[in-house]
Amino acid sequence: MSPQTKQVLNVGKAQLDLLEELTNANGVSGNEIEIREIIRKKVAPFVDEINVDGMGNLLVIKHAKKPNAIKVMLDAHMDEVGFMIVEEDGDGLYEFEHVGGGDERQFVSKPVSVGSQKLPGVIGSKPIHLASEDEMNAVISQQGMRIDLGPAGKGKAKRGDYAAYATKFIRSGDAIFAKALDNRLGCATLIELLKTAPEHVELLAAFTVQEEIGLRGAKVAAYDFYPQLAIAVDSTPAFDFERPDGNENTQYNCKLGGGPAIYIADRGTLSDPRLIRFLTEVAEENKINYQYRQPGGGGTDAGALHLTRGGVPSVSVSVPGRYAHTAVMLARISDWQDTLNLLQQALEALTPEILSGDRA
Amino acid sequence: MKTLLKKLTETASPSGYESAIREVIRAEISSLSTNIKVDALGNLIVTMGKKTDNGLRVMIAAHMDEIGVIVSHVEQTGLVRFSNLGTILPQYLAGSRVVFLNGTRGVINHDLPDDLHKIMPLNKHFIDVGATSGKDCPLKIGDVGVFDRSFVDLGKRVSAKSMDDRVACAVMIETMKIIKNSPHELVFVFSTQEEVQCKGATTAAYEIEPDLGIAVDVTPSLDILGIKMQVDLGKGPAIKVRDMGMMSDPRVVSWMESTAKKNKIAYQLEVLDVGTTDAKAMQISKAGLPSGALSIPCRYVHSPSEVVDMDDVQATVNLLSALLNNPISL
Amino acid sequence: MEDITPFLLSLLSKPGISGYEESVSEIIADRLRPLVDELTISPLRSLHGLRKAATNERRPTLMIAAHMDAIGLMVKTVNHGFLTITTVGGIDPRVLPGQLVTVHGKKDLPGLVQLMPDRLLNNETASKAPTKNQLFVDTGLTQKELADLVKPGDLISFAQPPFEMTGGYIAGHSLDNRASVAALTLCLEEIKNYNLDCNVVAAATVQEELHGIGAATSTFSVRPDLAFAVDVTFAKGPGSNDYRTFSLGEGPAIGLGANNHPALTQKMTALAEELDIPYFIEAMPTSSGTDGMAMQITANGIPTQVLSMSLRYMHTSVEMTSLKDIARTGRLLARFITDLNPDSFSKLFEEKTL
Repeated sequence: MSPQTKQVLNVGKAQLDLLEELTNANGVSGNEIEIREIIRKKVAPFVDEINVDGMGNLLVIKHAKKPNAIKVMLDAHMDEVGFMIVEEDGDGLYEFEHVGGGDERQFVSKPVSVGSQKLPGVIGSKPIHLASEDEMNAVISQQGMRIDLGPAGKGKAKRGDYAAYATKFIRSGDAIFAKALDNRLGCATLIELLKTAPEHVELLAAFTVQEEIGLRGAKVAAYDFYPQLAIAVDSTPAFDFERPDGNENTQYNCKLGGGPAIYIADRGTLSDPRLIRFLTEVAEENKINYQYRQPGGGGTDAGALHLTRGGVPSVSVSVPGRYAHTAVMLARISDWQDTLNLLQQALEALTPEILSGDRA
Repeated sequence: MKTLLKKLTETASPSGYESAIREVIRAEISSLSTNIKVDALGNLIVTMGKKTDNGLRVMIAAHMDEIGVIVSHVEQTGLVRFSNLGTILPQYLAGSRVVFLNGTRGVINHDLPDDLHKIMPLNKHFIDVGATSGKDCPLKIGDVGVFDRSFVDLGKRVSAKSMDDRVACAVMIETMKIIKNSPHELVFVFSTQEEVQCKGATTAAYEIEPDLGIAVDVTPSLDILGIKMQVDLGKGPAIKVRDMGMMSDPRVVSWMESTAKKNKIAYQLEVLDVGTTDAKAMQISKAGLPSGALSIPCRYVHSPSEVVDMDDVQATVNLLSALLNNPISL
Repeated sequence: MEDITPFLLSLLSKPGISGYEESVSEIIADRLRPLVDELTISPLRSLHGLRKAATNERRPTLMIAAHMDAIGLMVKTVNHGFLTITTVGGIDPRVLPGQLVTVHGKKDLPGLVQLMPDRLLNNETASKAPTKNQLFVDTGLTQKELADLVKPGDLISFAQPPFEMTGGYIAGHSLDNRASVAALTLCLEEIKNYNLDCNVVAAATVQEELHGIGAATSTFSVRPDLAFAVDVTFAKGPGSNDYRTFSLGEGPAIGLGANNHPALTQKMTALAEELDIPYFIEAMPTSSGTDGMAMQITANGIPTQVLSMSLRYMHTSVEMTSLKDIARTGRLLARFITDLNPDSFSKLFEEKTL
C-alpha cells in the first residue's frame, strides 16, 4: 500500500455542522423527503449521478476515474424512528402510532415537531399529583398518550402527518447529544466519503428509506445498483455500563470510545468473512482504533443487501451510539472520526482480489 | 451410505462458514460433472444433464450448513459467552460439547438458576474451554463452532449431529451417482445459510432460474417438544404438503405421490406446523416457480444426536432418482 | 352495468384456499376473459389479465392486484376417527368451535369443528381461550371410513354459504378478498370500451394470506410502473372502534403511509372528490398488511397505493361488507385508469411529494 496518497479525514467544524443539520432535520420512516433534500444538496457538487427511485431512496454515483474499477455500494439509511398522527381528539390533542422500534417508556414528556410545517407539540403525561399508587407502578401506555399542539392546534394536524422528536444537537467535548444519530452518522459518513472517493473505485452510494420498518429501501436500492460488494454504515447501540450486580458485563454489544464496530454476525446477516478480514487488516495497518460488534441480535440494511439477485458480499460498520430509538442519542466524535478513516482507507485499499477465493 | 454419512456429519461447518463441508462434498461429486461452481454466498452448484424438448430445469437443494455457536464474549474468568447460528434449543445445551473451527474444544453449561427446573436462556449459558483466564483463552469474539459429537451406528438406525441436513446432502450425492439419461437439466445445489432463513437458496435460485424446485431436508418425527407429528421413522420419505414457510405446489405433491406409487416406494405426507426449508426460497424466486420438498424423517432435530432410519434414507434416494430420471408432467 | 352480486356469490361459495386457488380462479378467469386482451397464468397460478394501451408506443403499465385466495384449514392427522388441523392463514381459533366445515378429501364431506372436552385435558383448559391444538374436526365417520377418504394435507373450508342482507350488504366467509376481485372486475367492465392510454394488468393473485408471494412473483414478472393493491380493511363494529376502523358502507379507504406513494394517495383522493365518492384516509404507519407490501419492494422499487373496502368480522365465516362500496371502489379504479396517460403519469411524480 503506497503511503503518499493516504487521506486522513478529520471531524472538524464543517463535519460537525453537517451532522448537526442532518440530525436536526426530520425523516421518519415513510416520510424521508426533508432529510433527502438536504442530503441531495450536500452531495450534488461532487458526484456524477443523482436519482430518486420509486420509494424515495437517494441513489448517488461517483464514477471511477480508472478502468476496471471495482463497484462498491455504500449504504446509509436516512430514516429515523418517530410517530404518525392517526386521529384528532379535539382540543389540539392527537392520537398517534409509533413508527419503527421503540420503548414506550421513552416517549413521555418530550417535545415533538409535527408535519411538514414542523409545528411544535408535546407528548405529556398525567401529573404525578393526580396519579394513583397503582398508576405510579404501571408503565404509561402509548394508548393513553397524545401529541398536544395546544388548544390553538385544533385542526392544524391531520391523520397521516408525521412527528419527530424535537431534540436539538448539542456538543460537549468529545460527546454529541442529538436525535437520530442512528443513522444520520451513517449519512454524514457517506457524504464525507463521497468527497474523497479514490479514483479506482466506482462508488455507488445509497441513502435509503424505511430501514427502521424492514430494510425496505435497501432491498430495491441494491437491486438497482447490484454492486460487487456492499458496506452498510450505521450506528449500533453501546450497552457498555457497569452491571449493578458487579458481575462482568458480557452483553455490551459494543463500546463507546472503542472505534468503529465491525459486524461479524447479527440477526439478519452473517458478514462475508473476507470483508471482515479485509477491514481488520486495514484498521491494523493504519493503526485505527476499532472493535467487533458482539454477534447476536439487531440488524442493518446489509440484511437486504447481501441477498440481492445472485448475492452480494456484504459487511456492516457502525459508529457506537447510546440510547438508540429514543429522543436523545449519545455518540463520540472520536468514534466517528475513526469510522471515517477506517472506511476511507478501506476504499483506498480495495481491489477485486479481496473477493477472489471462496466466501468462507 | 453409512460411511458417507459419517464423513459428512463429522465435518464442522456452521451457517456462514461452510468451506470445510463444501470441500468434502466437492470431493464426492467432482467426477460427476464438469459444471461445478461456487457463488457469492458459497453455495456449491453442480449442473448435470441438458434440457430435452419436454424437459425442465430442476433445482434440487440440500443445505450443507449446520446450526452452531459464535463467540460473543470471552470473560475475564476464561469462560466464553456465545450466540447462536441458526436455532439452538437451550434444552440441548448443558453437558453438550462443542468444537470450534480453530480446533478448540469445549463443554457447555450455564449460570446457576434460581429454579433448577427452569430451562436457562442462551445468554445464561457459557462454554468452558479449559482456560484459566481470558488471557489464555484460545478463542476470540466471532469464532464459530458446532456440536462435537461423533456418528454412531445403531444398526437399522444411526445417530449424529447435523443429520439436518447432511443426510439430505448424502441423499443428493447418492442420487447424483445414479442419474442416467435424465431428460432434464438438473442443478444440484448444496446450499449455505439455510438455518438462518434460507439465504443460500435465495441467491442461488435467482441465478439458476429453475422451472421447478425441490428441497431435500429432514422433518421432525414423533412427539418432539410437544408437536405431535404424523410422520415417523421407518415409513419412508415424507412428501411435504406444507410447512410454516410455504404450501408445496399441489401439482408437485401429486407428481411426487404418483411417482412413489408407481415405483412402489412407501411414503408419508407431511403437514408441518413449525419451520421451513429451502423450497420456500425457491418458490418465490423472481416470477415464482412450482416447488416442493422431500423430507427424511428425523428424531430430535437440532439436538446433538439426531436419529434417522437408513431404510428411509435409501428410499429417499430411490424416490428422488425416480423423480429426476423420468419425464415430469405437472 | 351488470350486477356483480351473482358473480360475487359464486366466488364466496368456493374454498380457493391459499395455495389451492383453482376453484375460484376458474370462475374468475371465465369472467375476466371477455374483459381483457390477454389472460395469462403465472407459474404460481396467479391470473394476469392485460388490457393494452391503444397504441404501439411504449406506455406506462399499471398493475392492480386483488388476491383471490382465502384462509382455511388443513388436515394434519387422521386418527381415531377424528381430524386434527392446522390453519392456513390467520384464523382465530376462538371462532372455530361449533363451525360447520367441508372436508375436501376424495370427496367433499361435512364436518364439525369442536373442542376436546376440558375434563379430558385435566381441566387445564377450562374457561380458557381455545387453542389450535385443542381443536379437531368430527365428520361422523369411523376411522376406517375416514382413512379411505381423507389424508394429511387435505383442505378444510368454512361450509357457511354466502347470503345477501337487507339494504345492499353481503355476508360470507371470503369477502376478504373476493370483494376486491369483484371491485376489480367492475373496474374492467367500466373501462371495457375505452381506448386506454396506458396498459393495465389486473392480477388476481395467489397466497396473499401466506406471505404475499403471489403479489411478489407476479409483480416481478409484470414490472409495472405503478402498483395498486385492493384489499379489505376493518369496519367499525362491536369491539372495533379505533382509528383503524371505518364506518361500513361509507366509502373506500385510501391508504396513507410508508407503503403508499404520496403522489398516488393525493391523486386518489382528488379523484374521489371529483367523482363525489365518499372515502376515508387510512393511516398505515408501518405496514399495510396487503399485497402492496410485496409489490412496492419488487426489483428496483415501484410506486404503490393501497385501496381498501371496509368489512366487519374479518377472517370469520360471516364477514360482512357493502355492495355499494364494492361499486365505488371499482369506479374509482376505473377513473384512475382512464385518467392515466404519459403526461399525467409524469406529472404525478413532478412535485416532490415523496
